[in-house]
Parts: sequence; C-alpha cells; structure tokens
Amino acid sequence: MQRKSIEIWVGLFVLAGIAALLMLALKVGNLNSAGGSGGFTITARFDNIGGLTVKAPVSLAGVRIGRVTDIRVARDDYRAEVEMQISSEYDNLPEDTSASILTAGLLGAQYIGLEPGGEEIFLQNGDQIYLTQSAVVLEQLIGQMLFSKAAGEE
Amino acid sequence: MNAIRTIGANTLVAVERLGSASLFLLNAVRGMPVAVSRFSLLVQQLYAIGVLTLLIIVVAGLFVGMVLGLQGYNTLVDFGAESSLGLVVALSLTRELGPVLAALLFAGRAGSALTAEIGLMKATEQLNALEMMAVNPMVRVIAPRLLAGIIAVPLLSAIFTAVGVLGGYLVGVGQLGVDSGVYWSAMQDGVDVYEDILNGVIKSVVFGFVVTWIAVFEGYDAEPTSEGVSRATTRTVVTASLAVLGLDYVLTAIMFGEV
Repeated sequence: MQRKSIEIWVGLFVLAGIAALLMLALKVGNLNSAGGSGGFTITARFDNIGGLTVKAPVSLAGVRIGRVTDIRVARDDYRAEVEMQISSEYDNLPEDTSASILTAGLLGAQYIGLEPGGEEIFLQNGDQIYLTQSAVVLEQLIGQMLFSKAAGEE
Repeated sequence: MNAIRTIGANTLVAVERLGSASLFLLNAVRGMPVAVSRFSLLVQQLYAIGVLTLLIIVVAGLFVGMVLGLQGYNTLVDFGAESSLGLVVALSLTRELGPVLAALLFAGRAGSALTAEIGLMKATEQLNALEMMAVNPMVRVIAPRLLAGIIAVPLLSAIFTAVGVLGGYLVGVGQLGVDSGVYWSAMQDGVDVYEDILNGVIKSVVFGFVVTWIAVFEGYDAEPTSEGVSRATTRTVVTASLAVLGLDYVLTAIMFGEV
C-alpha cells in the first residue's frame, strides 16, 4: 500500500512536469502556429521595411494568417524582399492583394497587413505581391515636417 | 611565511576535494545502469526529492509570476506598452527565473535533505554496513539519488515556469486589465520554442545535475559526527546556490550571448 501510493505520486509528478512542458511549448511558445507544416510562401518587395523582423505576424483584417520567414535585399533592384508564410486555409487571397507594413500602437512591433483586392485569380506558392506600402519611418516624417515648415516660413 | 603556507594548504585541500568529487561522480555514473534496472529505488528517490519539493515550487512560482506581472505592468504602462506584459513575464521565466529559482529552491529543500540523509548514514555506519554485506553504496544509495535529481529538476523547473506564467496572467489580466488575448499572443509572438524554452530546459538539466552532485558528495564526504553533518549541509546549500548562479551566467553567455 505504502509503495503503491508513492508510485502514484511519482507518476502524477512526472505527468504534471510533462504537462507543464507541453503547455510551455504550445501555449507560451509558438510550436502550433509557427510550424513549417501546411502553408505557402509569398514574397513582397518594400522600399523600406523599418523595424520589421523575422517572425513578425502577417494579418488580414486584423486576423493573424501567417508570419514573416525571411528578409533580404533583392539583388536586382536593391529593395527589401520579405518572404512570408501564409497558413494553407487562406489560399483564396486575390492576386492584386496589397501589403503594407503597419505598427501595432504608436511604438509597438511592426507587422504586415494584407488588403485583399478584387481579382478572381488567387495567389499561389512562390508568388509575389506587387502592391506594397513601406513602413512609416518616424524620423523621416519628422524631417519632412521640419523641412516643410522651414519652407513655409520663407 | 605562514600566510603563504596557509594559501598553499588551502589550495591543496581544494584540489584534493575537487579530485575526490570527480572520482566520486565517476563511480556514481558507473553505478547508474544498475540503478536504472532497479526501478523501485529510483521511484522512491523521485518521491523524496521531486514530489515533496512540488509544493514549495508551485507556491514560489505563483508568487514570482504575480510579482513579475505587477512590476512589469507598472514599468511598461509608462511607455504604453502593457500589451507586452505576457512577453516580459514569459521570457524572464523561461530563460532565467524558472531554471535558476527552481534549482535554488531545490538546493534548499531537497539538496540539504540529501546531504543530511547520506551524512547520517555515514555517521551511523550504515554505509559501512552495506559494504560489509557486499552491497556497493555507490549503486544502492548514491546513483539513484543522482539520477532522480537530474530527472526531477527539469520537471520542477517546467512546473515553476508554467505556474509563474499563470500567476502573471492572474495579476495582469485578472487585476490590472491587460487583454487576455493580447497577453497570450504577445507571448507566442516573442517566445521561441527552441531558443527560449529548450535552452531553459537544458539549463535546468545542468543545474539538477550539479546541485544533486554537490549534495550527495557533501553527504558522502561529511565528517561522521553530528557537527560534521550539520556543516556539510550548510556547505551544500551555499556551494550549490553559488554554483547555480555562476553556471547560469556561463550558460546564458553561451546560449544567448552571440548577438
């Protein structure tokens, strides 16, 4: 009896530990949504990506549908090429979907927002989004504002 | 001249202890296969050092998570960034606080008990009696405890972290009004399974090994008197805690330092 209850307790302990690990992996980490499994990649080129980073979310109408997987400079036109993985259930994005880099809150992290167009042809794996809007760089905005103000005073 | 001699003598003692601790570890590792095959011994030790440490781990994890939630919120709200609260709580717990605090609590709660138990076994000549009966105490006594420590600490640390995240949720979402979805999604955006969670688990395996090693060695090496056992117990807690904190810096530098 004594030994049996010890074994039960140890079994519960080990199960609780494994459950905690699973919770960390699934609920705290991103094992379920990051997965390379299921989904297709599309690319988009931006003049300036601001502070966008790999793993930043890609959202459509505020709903997260994928994440950024790679960022590099395109060899031919020196623009930033962003590769993103979209989960496979959203395979009906029109071809003229536009992508813009937005900021969550005033100083929050940057993410890509997609705006669906009206075409009947859908984006496939490896396609590129041509309608893009760069990140708003705060310093440039301030610079422009100062410049226009100085010009206006003349 | 005397001072130099003292330094020399202390160095020799330290080197000798390090050597005997290494030999001790070697013997214990050699006993591991047998310890695994005698499963009931391992289960008994898992109960003594794992299950009985669970309560302090859960309570401490809850409070640490709650404090992180409160402090993190108060700092972040100044920058309008309270949406990152979940990320702050989860990252600090998975990377540092979970493994380190669980190992420190383990050293205080289970490490000291291990040293006292083995030290008393030695003082009451139970270890000698085992040897007289041709039972190797390394296999029968030390190896199962070492193995149980290596298994128990990562599990305890995972439980600590999970409870801490829930504690942060309790304060941040329940009391301070951070949105529940934002709390979890900020966490999932920023916490990487391999880089953060797996590295935390590796840390806790290392800590479990080191703390248990120090605890059983100090017990085995204790002077067989009541005073000697008490001194060995103190040494276990002090050495193990310092070893955990020092190793944590080294491991962090290796894992996260390359940026």
